[in-house]
Amino acid sequence: MDPESGVASAGSFIPLNEHEQRFYSGLHSLCQADTSGKLSSGKVAELFKASQLPPEALHRVTEVCGAKRLGYFGTPQFYVALKLLAAAQSGLPVHLESVTANLPLPRFAGLKNEPEMRYSTVPAGVDGAQGGAAPASVPWTPADRSAFRHLEASAEKKEPWSPPRSPSSSPPRSPLTYRSYTYSKQRNGADSQTAYESKHSSRPMVQLEQHSSPRNYGTKPSVEHPAMARASSSERLEQQGVDDYSDDDPWRITEEQLEYYTNQFKTLQPDLGALILGAIAKNFFTKSKLPIPELSHIWELSDVDRDGALTFSEFCTAFHLIVARKNGYPLPESLPPTLRPGYMQQEEDVPDTPESAEPLIVFEDAELRPGQMDRGVKERLQPSLAATKQDLKEEACKQDVAAMRVQTSQEKRTLQLGAFPERPEPPHDLDTQMRTKTRPRSYSSTSFEDAMKKAEEPPTPPPRPQKTHSRASSLDLNKLFQQGAPGVRSGWLPPPPALPPRPTASQVSHFISVSEKTPQTKVLQPNFADFSRFREEEESSVKPDKQGPRSRFGRSTEDLTNASKQDVIGVSHSQAPQKPVRRKYHPDGQNLEAAPPPTVPFPTPAKSAQKLLSKQKREIQMAIRKNKETNAVLTRLNSELQQQLKVVHQERVTLESQVELLRPLAST
Amino acid sequence: MAVCIAVIAKENYPLYIRSVPTQNELKFHYTVHTSLDVVEEKISAVGKSLGDQRELYLGLLYPTEDYKVYGYVTNSKVKFVIVVDSSNTSLRDNEIRSMFRKLHNSFTDVMCNPFHNPGDQIQSKAFDGIVSGMMVQTG
Repeated sequence: MDPESGVASAGSFIPLNEHEQRFYSGLHSLCQADTSGKLSSGKVAELFKASQLPPEALHRVTEVCGAKRLGYFGTPQFYVALKLLAAAQSGLPVHLESVTANLPLPRFAGLKNEPEMRYSTVPAGVDGAQGGAAPASVPWTPADRSAFRHLEASAEKKEPWSPPRSPSSSPPRSPLTYRSYTYSKQRNGADSQTAYESKHSSRPMVQLEQHSSPRNYGTKPSVEHPAMARASSSERLEQQGVDDYSDDDPWRITEEQLEYYTNQFKTLQPDLGALILGAIAKNFFTKSKLPIPELSHIWELSDVDRDGALTFSEFCTAFHLIVARKNGYPLPESLPPTLRPGYMQQEEDVPDTPESAEPLIVFEDAELRPGQMDRGVKERLQPSLAATKQDLKEEACKQDVAAMRVQTSQEKRTLQLGAFPERPEPPHDLDTQMRTKTRPRSYSSTSFEDAMKKAEEPPTPPPRPQKTHSRASSLDLNKLFQQGAPGVRSGWLPPPPALPPRPTASQVSHFISVSEKTPQTKVLQPNFADFSRFREEEESSVKPDKQGPRSRFGRSTEDLTNASKQDVIGVSHSQAPQKPVRRKYHPDGQNLEAAPPPTVPFPTPAKSAQKLLSKQKREIQMAIRKNKETNAVLTRLNSELQQQLKVVHQERVTLESQVELLRPLAST
Repeated sequence: MAVCIAVIAKENYPLYIRSVPTQNELKFHYTVHTSLDVVEEKISAVGKSLGDQRELYLGLLYPTEDYKVYGYVTNSKVKFVIVVDSSNTSLRDNEIRSMFRKLHNSFTDVMCNPFHNPGDQIQSKAFDGIVSGMMVQTG
């Protein structure tokens, strides 16, 4: 990257502060005609002329900076030249020594008008920038000018001694960065700062789609912009958005965001006028996977009444800051005015800002999304909203379920906002994590599940865990469900042949209802009972489960098959229309018919018997599966509780030891 | 204006300590450490008489030739120690008290932050800001 290397090399022998670096790199990129590092002398000359210095001073500058000797302006020469221009403009002699002085930025005449024009549009902020920018068309010079103006204005904002310029600077900076990011994203597929840029560009990409052409203006600027964007983006990290104005756009909450935050608030605290306690908010925000110091800072910014709890507006502020941080914006040192609670409540119509594009965070475990980096894109808000809500639900419903859902609904994720592969949590957060894992199970699972039921929009492929276990839903549940069917069947089939009893028809229907909840033993009992009853009377009931396994294993209890056939004769009303099943077992029935010696040729009853048998078999299978799932879930729960118990024990031990230490003090 | 400000936890380990960097910081750390003994003594002395009501501000802990050390302890046995330069126009007691009050308020804000675990180092920017405001401005 030329600008950065230029900065580095230039900075090595002249001290440049960050404003200067930024400004110079911007100018450098503007003057850059080719990538070889040489600056187009025509453009440099133009720049020099714009500085409104007498020609002999310019000559002197060129000489001193070494360009004259070299014959061209390389990057270091350019920077030295800029410094000298600044020196000359402030009246210092053009010498190399003056380069080291702490100088104000050089001023360039052609651009002076525009900052003033901007002041009149300061309240409009962005719009002013766009208004100024939009009429300007593609040609290089206006683009150059506007970019120049932006850069100059933003750079000058930092200069305390140029007060008239400071207020205007920041608003243009944000659209500038947006445009630059947009452009840079488009221009540089694999930018050097991919991780950083992509996150930004995902947002501007959305903006592009959403906003009008003035914003698309950002795509038009010339070659210089990506370099500038890179430079500005690299510098951006250093700027902590000191000025409130500088955060005007990204720190404004849009209607949709507000709505989303409101929903989130409601999930934590149904009453909008009440407070969210600090611990609850902590758990909630910890899910955003931001590092704890940043979350701490966000808290400090947003809890303006310092009561350790968040009101609705404070919550929105905090949420918004988290969202912004997730999108790569550095945290401000002080609360931007647009985020102050009073401001927010007064907001009638929030302007549609670029922020609205990706307002939503994906609250999720980092380990669940290892590879899901920023999909880089666009998309409408709705799916993102939904996706994020889905994510939140998953988070609430235990991360394991979420992992499953992630796998299944990966395609549905359009926006990856929270895909920072965060560093592992510091050790003292382990307890927090444990608590966050366990506490959702205890209390907020219900609330989050309610939110889930309320707010689900796109289809959720995996089945809801609430169907079976509301509290202890887990990965195993779904895994078992998916793997369980074949596994259960294969593992389960050997026992059934030993099942002798056959429930009556009435008991079959009873069995259907019972099988969903009861363990397998209960299921067997009516069978045994019926079996004994059957022995007595040959018309008792059907044994669909008998037929089923037999069909696979090949008649282990043939006499029972006969009995089942005979049962089926008596049972006519319980035969639910199971045509496909009948057909499936038809050959088996025929085989069975052929095998047993004292057979009574009843093909039709056999089919219906097989129907019922298969139905029963299925029910039993389901019951067994569910029981296994329950077992697995409970085992997991048990192990987790054991872990918690250990942790609590440890804490207790430490506390006790502390008490011991303090006891001699207290006693005196 | 303080030269060094320290916040010490109940178990007598430092939660936050900051000194004017130009001077030998280790010296200040040592000073604060030794001042802890005096603090303990004062706490225990008062504790005998009234368990609950105890003056939070401990006053001048001990003077050395270069500087003076003031102490303040909260009800949860968190101690604040301020070291001021003796060569400074001697600050009035009220000023020291107000400094401690500000520190205490700021510390309470830090504690209110749910993301801050008690016992951790204090990493709050707001707290840093307050402390910087109280330190001697050098350069």
